[in-house]
Amino acid sequence: MPAPGPDGRFGEFGGRYVPESLVPACMELEGAFRDAWADPSFHAELDGILRDYGGRPTPLTECSRLSDRLGVRLLLKREDLAHTGSHKINNVIGQALLARRMGKRRLIAETGAGQHGVATATAAALFGMECVVYMGEVDTERQELNVFRMELLGTEVRPVRTGSRTLKDAVNEALRDWVASVEGTHYCIGSVMGPHPYPWMVREFQRVVGDEALDQCRAILDGGEPDWVVACVGGGSNAAGTFAGFVDTGAALVGVEAEGGAAITRGTPGVLHGMQSHLLQDEDGQISEAESISAGLDYPGIGPEHAHLAASGRARYERAQDAEVVSAFRLLAETEGIIPALESAHAIAWVVREAGRSIPEGSTVMVTLSGRGDKDVAQVRDLVGREGSAADGA
Amino acid sequence: MELEPHLRQARDRGRKLLIPYVTAGATPDWPDAVRAIADAGADAIEIGIPFSDPMMDGPVIQQASLVALQAGTTPSGVLDTLASMEPGVPLVVMTYYNIVFRASERRFAGRLAEVGVSGAILPDLQLDEAGSWCEAADAAGVASVLLVAPSTPDERAMAICSRSRGFVYGVGVMGITGERASLATSARQAATRLRRFTDLPVCIGVGVSTPGQAAQVCADADGVIVGSALVHRMLDGATPQDAADFVGAIRKALDSL
Ligand SMILES: Cc1ncc(COP(=O)(O)O)c(C=O)c1O
Repeated sequence: MPAPGPDGRFGEFGGRYVPESLVPACMELEGAFRDAWADPSFHAELDGILRDYGGRPTPLTECSRLSDRLGVRLLLKREDLAHTGSHKINNVIGQALLARRMGKRRLIAETGAGQHGVATATAAALFGMECVVYMGEVDTERQELNVFRMELLGTEVRPVRTGSRTLKDAVNEALRDWVASVEGTHYCIGSVMGPHPYPWMVREFQRVVGDEALDQCRAILDGGEPDWVVACVGGGSNAAGTFAGFVDTGAALVGVEAEGGAAITRGTPGVLHGMQSHLLQDEDGQISEAESISAGLDYPGIGPEHAHLAASGRARYERAQDAEVVSAFRLLAETEGIIPALESAHAIAWVVREAGRSIPEGSTVMVTLSGRGDKDVAQVRDLVGREGSAADGA
Repeated sequence: MELEPHLRQARDRGRKLLIPYVTAGATPDWPDAVRAIADAGADAIEIGIPFSDPMMDGPVIQQASLVALQAGTTPSGVLDTLASMEPGVPLVVMTYYNIVFRASERRFAGRLAEVGVSGAILPDLQLDEAGSWCEAADAAGVASVLLVAPSTPDERAMAICSRSRGFVYGVGVMGITGERASLATSARQAATRLRRFTDLPVCIGVGVSTPGQAAQVCADADGVIVGSALVHRMLDGATPQDAADFVGAIRKALDSL
């Protein structure tokens, strides 16, 4: 996927819609990123940390039992096995190194499920930086353990009590902090969203997922490539990183949004959080509240490059409903011994539903499993009680 | 009423410009408050059209926006109210860009002109993204007021000043709107710096909360914008007359300079 134009746009989407106070910081960051990304010593340091500390490369797992059941050949890119339990660490290590290069000693971040917050807190601990994470109050309640995890890592978690008290409000609050603190603070955005250069920079930091997966697919498939590549989409970083590896292959690219946060299929063009993209909003332009069991997909927008990929037709965007997500969560646990994050379970749910329908029988399907489900176990227990197994009904 | 000539004339008479800000819909009697504030010595009034995600705003204006939206305030409702207001001073709307984008820039600018609004401030639309909006506003005869921040480099500040219409909004402090116990040194510095770049009126806003602070900043600036301190009072139950008294006190402080 190409870099955005000089104005930070992918087609008509993207841009830099921030208060004037933040424009110099966005420009500085863009310069620092361009410089670092062209610098082999930066790559060497980043790759070294991701390998020795982050656990990369993550494996590609062939799922035989679930494949048999679905009638398609299912491969999982195992970001759940990366340090801190999701793909978020890839981006955060990159941004923390950049912050250090720019001489900034304080990191701030927003978080939904808490995975990006945990990853940022981890990087702050690793590099000896100060860290504050903004998290909607609703999310601090449903992801209580992740709050404590961040605190263990030495981070201050600030619950956000405004608006819908979820991810979108946490972004607002982080931006408000940044306007006042920008001189010594780097805002470590957790997805391919926000003002230029973030959507592009975060995609580049996440492309390691897709680049590794392509090589691993070729190794397993005797030089062949998967027919389908599927990832869940909140802001869209694990999907963007995955797609970056496969965009030049013949694979169909599918992003799966939460039914209640489907910015592409149910949203309209708009401007929020520094970017022009697709948003859930009313006719006046007031932003709607997304609603999903998965805190990480509970966001009314989507990264601008996804809006562009949808418009150009190179990728398609589908939805998964809460109930089928919970079934998929249990199905993967029971058939493969892998408990996925609820976010990642959206991608699985779509494949389970469409295998043998829009995905022809016998296809090879590569799914990015963006994170592990430990954080979601208590929530799923409360949701399903202790009735029968998912495999019975699937 | 045209914004720039109105403000220039007042300034050239030696008057310091006072631009209070009111969030539309924050109280049921906000239109009365706007009229009373106009009579109390405002030179123009900023009318906030509430947005669901006001990221440049602190707790007071966030709260006002929330209350207004919960009371059913809409952009078109606000503009209809302004159409029949006739406060006797120019009105400038302040809102976030998505409201404009959604309506389309041309339709929004046209509608502002229709209801007699003189200018617009969009704090999340910076110079590099503002081109087509500024053209639409120019074409409709609406002044697009641009902001300069303390962090803006000189060369860029000059470019912003030359694209701004009506006045130049100098952000007084690195931060979001809200009351501050004392005036930031960056507020007076902003005024002095911008004066060097433009002959437009230079008004300083964000973090100016009391008559004393307004007078301090106007030692160097042509005028001040006072928002949170006023809206705070309105949310706490100030009557239109109370709001006017507060604005009157700022007027008095400015006139005694
Ligand atoms: C495991 C996991 N997957 C996916 C997401 C969604 O983010 P993105 O769409 O940027 O990959 C999150 C966000 O919290 C997450 O924790």
